[in-house]
Amino acid sequence: MKPDSSYTRRSTPLQPEPLKGKIFKRIKYESELERGFGQKIAKMAYGENLFSCIQCGTCSGTCPVSQYMDFTPRKIIMMVREGFSEDALNSLTIWLCASCYSCTVDCPKNIQITNVMYALKREAIERGIYPKKFPIPILSREFFKQVRKFGRNSETRLVINMYLKSNPFNMLKMAKMGIKLLKTGRMSLKQEMIKDRTHLSKMIDKIKQLNEEEK
Amino acid sequence: MTQYIYYPGCSVKSTGKVYEESLLSVFKYLDTPLKEIDDWNCCGATAYFSIDESEAFGLAARNLALAEKQFNGSKNLHIVAPCSACYLVLKKTQDYLNRDQELRRKIELGLNEVGLSYESFVQVRHPLDVVVNDIGLDKIKEKVTRPLRGLKVACYYGCQIVRPYRDFDHERNPMTMDNLVEALGGEPIDWPLKTRCCGGSLTGTIEEVGLRLSYIILREVRRRGADLVITTCPLCQFNLECYQERINKDFNESLEIPIIYFTQLMGLAFGISDKEIGIHRLFIPITKLAKLRKGGENVYV
Amino acid sequence: MFETKPNNEIRIGFYVCHCGHNIADTVDVKEVAKYVATLPGVIISREYKYMCSDPGQELIQNDIKEHNLNRIVVASCSPLLHEHTFRNATEKGGLNPFYFHMVNIRENVSWVHEDKKEATIKAMDLARAAIKRVFFHKKLETKKVDIHPDVLIVGGGIAGIHAALTLANAGKKVYLVEREPTIGGHMAKFDKTFPTLDCAACILTPKMSAVKNHPNITLWTYSEVTKVEGFVGNYKATIERKPRYINEDLCVGCIACIDECVYKEGKYPDEFNMGLSKRKPIYIPFPQATPQVVVIDPETCIYLKTGKCKKTCVEACDRNAVVLDQKPEIKEINIGTIIIATGYQFFDPSRITYYGYGKYQNVYTGLEIERLVNASGPTGGEVIMRDGRRPKSIGIIHCVGSRDVNTHLWCSRLCCMYAVKLAHLLKEHTGAEVYNFYIDMRTAGKGYEEFYDKVLKEGVHFIRGRVAEVTDWASTKDEEGKLIMRVEDTLIGVVRRVPVDMVVLICGVEPKEDAQDVRRIFNISCSTEGFFMERHPKLAPVDTFTDGIFIAGACQGPKDIPDSVAQAGAAAAQCMALIDCGSVELEPNTAYIVEEECSGCKSCIQLCPYTAISFNDEKKKAYINEALCKGCGTCVASCPSGSIRQNLFENEEIFSEIEGLLSPAFEYTKEN
Repeated sequence: MKPDSSYTRRSTPLQPEPLKGKIFKRIKYESELERGFGQKIAKMAYGENLFSCIQCGTCSGTCPVSQYMDFTPRKIIMMVREGFSEDALNSLTIWLCASCYSCTVDCPKNIQITNVMYALKREAIERGIYPKKFPIPILSREFFKQVRKFGRNSETRLVINMYLKSNPFNMLKMAKMGIKLLKTGRMSLKQEMIKDRTHLSKMIDKIKQLNEEEK
Repeated sequence: MTQYIYYPGCSVKSTGKVYEESLLSVFKYLDTPLKEIDDWNCCGATAYFSIDESEAFGLAARNLALAEKQFNGSKNLHIVAPCSACYLVLKKTQDYLNRDQELRRKIELGLNEVGLSYESFVQVRHPLDVVVNDIGLDKIKEKVTRPLRGLKVACYYGCQIVRPYRDFDHERNPMTMDNLVEALGGEPIDWPLKTRCCGGSLTGTIEEVGLRLSYIILREVRRRGADLVITTCPLCQFNLECYQERINKDFNESLEIPIIYFTQLMGLAFGISDKEIGIHRLFIPITKLAKLRKGGENVYV
Repeated sequence: MFETKPNNEIRIGFYVCHCGHNIADTVDVKEVAKYVATLPGVIISREYKYMCSDPGQELIQNDIKEHNLNRIVVASCSPLLHEHTFRNATEKGGLNPFYFHMVNIRENVSWVHEDKKEATIKAMDLARAAIKRVFFHKKLETKKVDIHPDVLIVGGGIAGIHAALTLANAGKKVYLVEREPTIGGHMAKFDKTFPTLDCAACILTPKMSAVKNHPNITLWTYSEVTKVEGFVGNYKATIERKPRYINEDLCVGCIACIDECVYKEGKYPDEFNMGLSKRKPIYIPFPQATPQVVVIDPETCIYLKTGKCKKTCVEACDRNAVVLDQKPEIKEINIGTIIIATGYQFFDPSRITYYGYGKYQNVYTGLEIERLVNASGPTGGEVIMRDGRRPKSIGIIHCVGSRDVNTHLWCSRLCCMYAVKLAHLLKEHTGAEVYNFYIDMRTAGKGYEEFYDKVLKEGVHFIRGRVAEVTDWASTKDEEGKLIMRVEDTLIGVVRRVPVDMVVLICGVEPKEDAQDVRRIFNISCSTEGFFMERHPKLAPVDTFTDGIFIAGACQGPKDIPDSVAQAGAAAAQCMALIDCGSVELEPNTAYIVEEECSGCKSCIQLCPYTAISFNDEKKKAYINEALCKGCGTCVASCPSGSIRQNLFENEEIFSEIEGLLSPAFEYTKEN
């Protein structure tokens, strides 16, 4: 990352890289779209008013990370509505969302955009669509595994597991911070857990079973 | 009589240890000692919702049910959840269980499997809300022994305690913490980034993005001339404080802004000892305050 | 007046209409006619192709005379369409029109059912019910009331002014009542109007002075209507004239008193200039105010608040027009019709915190900009911001407070054109970079799209995106000291940060704050948004559900000046129609009280939604004003002693209709 000498002129091109004269075709045929995708996501996200979107762009305007997204939240909503499922689930957007809820609160049609992002995350994981070493779904999965097994998670072990599975070299960068955390007593290597570990799995299995029955 | 029960959440047991220490000390000082929920489990935070929604609700609901069981039928029971993500997840669970009967049926059956039931009379509160609205600023003013004279404080709320549930404050320009700082004798600054996202878990996964979000906040704090920042969320405090060195390196900066929890600031003003409120665990020392404390004209001691 | 059993011989004529194929294709009308002929009391039973046609109506008239009929029942379409037609035909035949009853077998039977056999049986059931009912119909007379020729117009904006001039030119006497000290409304504050860019004051002031000078118009400004009583054609209005502390007849508007006021300079925010300049407690709203009379504000005048002042204003006036002990005057007038043209108000943008109105000093509303660019405004037409600088870049935000579930759901219709107009004016006056941020461009109107094109050619930036926030934290050096608008440019598809010096919020239009109180005075309704409700949104946009009261202009819904003027003309025409007709006939489906049976319990009085029932204290009985009664039936149903009855819906009529419906017709069809 280049050091930010903040306040000098910036150059932020509209395309990630110059195309270098390569031809690139962009057209969408109706047969590629997934009918009913919008209704499906709307149901998963308690967001039936997804269809009221007037494409005003307030969500993208207020989102603090929208400048890093390949498709801004507004575009994702339109894509979901129209059935562009492959593109929406393959986008970086759904993983960049930090759930700050700024979009949901400002939307003039009261669309639950953050919930839509969660629904898309779930759908993407279920369909197995995400880059293999991408840290965010790996973090979610490690989190999930720890909680299922122990009932609570211990941050240190979680973070170490995540780095090992995504990008081990990053751990070197974090080493200094790690030592400082140990020194100030803010890193605990102990695994937190609840008393009866089967207790939690029993409950979750029951819920899972009820979910299966529904389908 | 309102009864309070304490839901710590996973982060305050490690990186957020300071939060728990200062929170428990301050509440004890204000005659409202907090007891932990027996055998609580992880709330799921944002990560679990990416995997499965109803399971995530189930996890959170278990904590609500445990709290109700522990206080057996007490109708005026409030859960105090300091971590903003836990606060939001518990509130969201309550809201959705009330709204969606199908979901509620599933969760209740799951809870019954392990001998629990959920009546939905417990209320979920954030300690900031409890301190300012329940305990009251008057009582706090009484308990102040070392008013923070002239200390300029930037109040950083983060996103999840004011959005999307706007129960106790405004979603873009909240004033609860600012009022608290005034009551403690300090001077809250007016700035537009009170509730802008700090990056959350992105600082650990996609650094470029996460670090820049935290950097923007720190840069604005310095421009407005605040002495320190107070926060309410363990992840925000971690991002803003522990990553400051990385931010300095990546953005060619020399920031050194102390970031403390609002409970720690309260502890300082009440005169509670440093060790009890976790001052020794901070990465960035609050030397300026310490200097003010040792002696001289403009002391706040 | 009240018959328990019909004692004369009842002779009923029954007619069922084919309505071409509309009824006859589904209902076997011949069978229906044959069946009805077997019912008691029916003398004639016919079926005909088109009953509403001339021959059809003549059929009824001839039969009445030939066969001495005294009741008529027609089974055809909806009464909303032809009840009037057939009542007239009955009358022409020499019979009281209320001995007629109509059965709907088109909308209620042939248009909604498919099975022929069942449809025919249903038609027979309905016909039988009507036959049984019509036995008990009584002779009734429509009441005729005269229409008083005077008109009251409430609100002196462009709509009220236009309606007043139209009616006055037609020779009617008009009372124009306006709450502010001058007429002109919002239009007087504008600099230029779209799309022609006419100077607003130049086209408005001739109309204003025409109002002042017209012999048929009585102009009462600084007055409010406090009470309205009566019914169509016979209204009595009470108007309170607030004290200006100036004698209107003597004052000539020389403003010597303003110059001599003990305040050397203005100290209080000037409402006409939207708070951008200051005025003294004694002031004239703007130079072309009509009437040209000074007014003293009792909230700020030292003498009126404390009683201690040198009263230099009184001495300065050489006509002794300053009267500091003036009292409010109550006027009572009799009018026949009322037009309400009270206008609108702009949305308060401080409700949207992320636009920073009130927080950042260089955020303005549209009206404030109008005053800034106006040559007779607080800065003489120079665009100078609150901090004294001139803007080099300006951002204009559309749809503030409109199309938003958190504020108002509707589109305010005029904001897009308003924003484009301001963009043009600001560009012309300052030469700055002007950015308009919109969601959709709504420029539908004569000359509107062409105006948009003209402004596009001037180089104004039109960015499609709703601004997410106006803030002052800077990300680059050029952003320092400016207001930054963060928005997604949805057409190009990128997030932009646009730093500007001045931000203009184009606020939506909403009903006036006290619309609910005003509507109660006149006994009309408001729709869900809060604007006054019209009788039918497409076919009767200026009528209300209260006869004789009309609405015009932006108080009925957001609209621009051409539409307001058109509606004002329409309302004036409706008034003239009533006045020139001279009288109006009231439908006799009113409720009446049988006095001997009334117990004086007063339960009916507060239930009447039209305040038609009052109490006679001497007799200790209630009585109903027939002209106000709309025949809703609430009092009839609620009366504990059953002493209230309703014409056309007497107990016997209803019970016999029910009886008729419940006795089966299939017995007849089984035999055949």
